[in-house]
Amino acid sequence: MSAPVLSSPEAFDCRVAFADELAALAREDERIVAVCNDSVGSSNLVQFQKEFPDRLINVGIAEQDMVGVGAGLALSGYIPFVCGASPFLTGRALEQIKADVAYSQSPVVLCGMSPGMAYGELGPTHHSIEDLSWLRAIAGLDVIVPADPAETRSAVRWAAHAARPAFLRVGRFKVPAVTGERPFTYGAATTLRDGTDVTVVAAGTMVSRALDAAEEAAEQGVSVRVLNMSTIAPLDEEAIRAAMRETRGIVTAEEATTTGGLGAAVAAVVVTERTPVPMRLLGIHREFAPTGTTAYLLEHFGLTAADIRAAALTLARTDA
Amino acid sequence: MLVADPRTAAAWRLFRQEFADAGPERRREMLRTRANQSRTADLRMIGRAKLGHVGGDMSVLDILTTLFFGVLRVDPEKPEWADRDRFVLSKGHTAGALYATLAAAGFFPEAELDTFAGPLSALNGHPNRVKVPGVETNTGPLGHGLPVSVGMAVAARLSGSSRHVYVVLGDGELQEGSNWEAAMTAGHRGLANLTAVVDRNRLQQGARTEETNTLDPLDDKFRAFGWDVLEVDGHDHLALFEALTSPRGSRPTCVIANTTKGRGVSFMEDRVEWHHKVPSAEQIVTATAELAR
Repeated sequence: MSAPVLSSPEAFDCRVAFADELAALAREDERIVAVCNDSVGSSNLVQFQKEFPDRLINVGIAEQDMVGVGAGLALSGYIPFVCGASPFLTGRALEQIKADVAYSQSPVVLCGMSPGMAYGELGPTHHSIEDLSWLRAIAGLDVIVPADPAETRSAVRWAAHAARPAFLRVGRFKVPAVTGERPFTYGAATTLRDGTDVTVVAAGTMVSRALDAAEEAAEQGVSVRVLNMSTIAPLDEEAIRAAMRETRGIVTAEEATTTGGLGAAVAAVVVTERTPVPMRLLGIHREFAPTGTTAYLLEHFGLTAADIRAAALTLARTDA
Repeated sequence: MLVADPRTAAAWRLFRQEFADAGPERRREMLRTRANQSRTADLRMIGRAKLGHVGGDMSVLDILTTLFFGVLRVDPEKPEWADRDRFVLSKGHTAGALYATLAAAGFFPEAELDTFAGPLSALNGHPNRVKVPGVETNTGPLGHGLPVSVGMAVAARLSGSSRHVYVVLGDGELQEGSNWEAAMTAGHRGLANLTAVVDRNRLQQGARTEETNTLDPLDDKFRAFGWDVLEVDGHDHLALFEALTSPRGSRPTCVIANTTKGRGVSFMEDRVEWHHKVPSAEQIVTATAELAR
């Protein structure tokens, strides 16, 4: 049983850890290359470019080309980290991700930078809330959403060694450290706080909020388990089944559309069991965001600790 | 994954040796005969599967034959050899032509061609590198081969390898914008180790390319993107061979191969309906007789 991990007040941009770890890996392994779309700055590749100018392939504003070039490098023995703002990487190059990366089994690490609503006021064109739904539908593509800088580092290292088609969602919106010393474990949920009444399954920016919600719920006498589901695909179905056996309801929380992302993935496990448990799916329900900062939009869409706690309390008090 | 057929691979090796030693007329005859044998094999596959893209297959087969039987530094028995030349068929719908060529070179047994498009066959309607040796990347959706080939050429340069990357593009697929993104990258980076061959048959699925969305002047377009451009008769094996092996400068090379869709079968030539129409048994007999001439 793991000890509860409380979120710390300090918050971090995961891109910093990402860039730092990638440069470290590149120093160890000359097969590591980076491919980007005029995003040297926004993908935090300045240091990488400085140290490895030949191994940074900037194709300009051309995402289809970027992913195809990444696939060609991967099929030639390199380990490309293909980096671009997540909305453009996934939306513009979706067919390249499907055919050139996943179906061709080319070990490209697709790095969706600044995902979710990290670009706040820049609006829905720059939000990447559909990525989890789109990519989860593609066979053979791992979908990874680290929760904090330490897990981002660990996931980057895993991806470099795994040599599998993978998508990493690299957060820009600042998050507290929540995973402690636990390394990223591919395909496995990590229990950040155990509980017996309700389980919250969260990913990325929602994990620290889920921990805060669990703390607040405890004060109201409700015991909440918090699972960090950093691998969205393939999903840790056993952790979901355990949550069904050991708690009375499941809340999912994601900075993404609920039509196909984490919540939908968890629900697909829950409803196919003999005795499903009630669920609440927190996320964005087929809406484009209004204007606002990221923090404002998370509040607008009911993605705060208070919202998660309220959903958990509702389920805890539901008579099965 | 299919495995090589050592006997056919040995015959291919002998062919390559004889080709290297032969004079121009003998070379032309060797490739012409070989290409028409593949055309016949392809027609048989399509007739059996009742599926395929016969017009484009006939159009591209002289290019594929010249590459695999005259140009590419590959080894059918070592398809993973790191320093092999890379070949990408961007117009993946002409998989039948590629399969017939790969089987003739011994990458896998020719008997496998009988399974084309059948249930669980390795030989899907579009090529799958995970199942078919000699296929470097999965194609089918158009506009994918050139970006991947650019990545392969960048990789060859990064690793200091002299391997060359060849990609065959359909002309119609040049309407896909992704090609021009990649053409720009190749020109910008001066990828002299990259050759794109355009199968310029001037027909796309529904109509003539120039009636659909004008491609000409194609040579000027590639030149403007920083490429060297050569234009040849895409059914003249010697001209193809010379263009594909010509000394390279500091830019990528585009070979515009002027071809005829349905080439070699009189009733198919330059007719738009033969994009993916399936010939009848009688038509296959007639076509096979024409190709044996």
